[in-house]
Amino acid sequence: MTPEIAERVARGRAEKEPIALVTRLADGGQCVVTAGTVEGSLALGDAELAEVRHRIDHNNSGLIGDEEAGDEAGDESRLFVHVHTPPLRLLVVGAVHIAQALVPMAALAGYAVHVIDPRRAFATDDRFPNVTMTTEWPDDALPALKADRRTAIVTLTHDPKLDDPALLEALKSDAFYIGALGSKRTHAKRWDRLKEEGVGEASFARINGPIGLNIGALTPAEIAVSILGQITATLRADRIKT
Amino acid sequence: MTHPLQEDQIFETARAWKAEGCKVALATVINTWGSSPRPVGSQLAVDDTGRMAGSVSGGCIEGAVIHEAREIMDSGVPKTLHFGIADETAWEVGLACGGKVDVFVERLDG
Repeated sequence: MTPEIAERVARGRAEKEPIALVTRLADGGQCVVTAGTVEGSLALGDAELAEVRHRIDHNNSGLIGDEEAGDEAGDESRLFVHVHTPPLRLLVVGAVHIAQALVPMAALAGYAVHVIDPRRAFATDDRFPNVTMTTEWPDDALPALKADRRTAIVTLTHDPKLDDPALLEALKSDAFYIGALGSKRTHAKRWDRLKEEGVGEASFARINGPIGLNIGALTPAEIAVSILGQITATLRADRIKT
Repeated sequence: MTHPLQEDQIFETARAWKAEGCKVALATVINTWGSSPRPVGSQLAVDDTGRMAGSVSGGCIEGAVIHEAREIMDSGVPKTLHFGIADETAWEVGLACGGKVDVFVERLDG
């Protein structure tokens, strides 16, 4: 990989721009494709370029080219498309004890984690080292963070003043996972309140509550495992064989 | 927050080694069949001091990939490696799980 190509890939990744690195296996010729540009010495045909961009949109790395050209030799004439998409994100509302366990676990699983809590006694660097933190109210912070379909949102404060506005914003987004901490009874009361705010039944059903897989979790770390397990099961639903 | 296990940072780790002046090779899973343990796009970075980051299998073919990577970081000639039960090397470095995997290895020049 030439310095120019490596630099371009690194820049795309740092700027969280969806890109694909395309490699011709035969000689290692490469180019970097974005939604609007192609850079590098490897020239692509129109059909190949369309296929690469389709794969970027679907975060689908893999080989393209003539599959019928034979096994060993055929492989060499093919192109490998390596899609680099921005990392998954987890937005955590509530800098509480469970969040202290969930944040490092989610970071290990590859999520860029963002903690939101206007209560400055909770949202301290001591409690959350090396994490991006926001001390705005959730209804101000969440719209700015632009949750997309690679984002999960969890509310952990137990306080309707913080959780409810966060959930109302979360439901407006394409977040692939929304979860709210609290018992069945708490969740039923939450439904009563959000209904008053105009949330429909189908929309409310997007909220996983009580949050997490039922694994009998007791401690903050165990509850974090159950939450991350449920987020993973949602993200990878198409891989689960029934 | 970064961590040695963080899957997403293999490329950045490889570039950091290169910036230190090391020779670096990058191995990437490009195709899988059956129950191979790591998905397409998984990467293993190797440098000439023996450091490695990431993985391209559950550990069964890493040794062979590193061996090839050391040659490729000198020659600069990229190579596609084939591993699997159908390969004649299966008894030496195959996948215990019965899957097949192709790995592209290249030198990182910048």
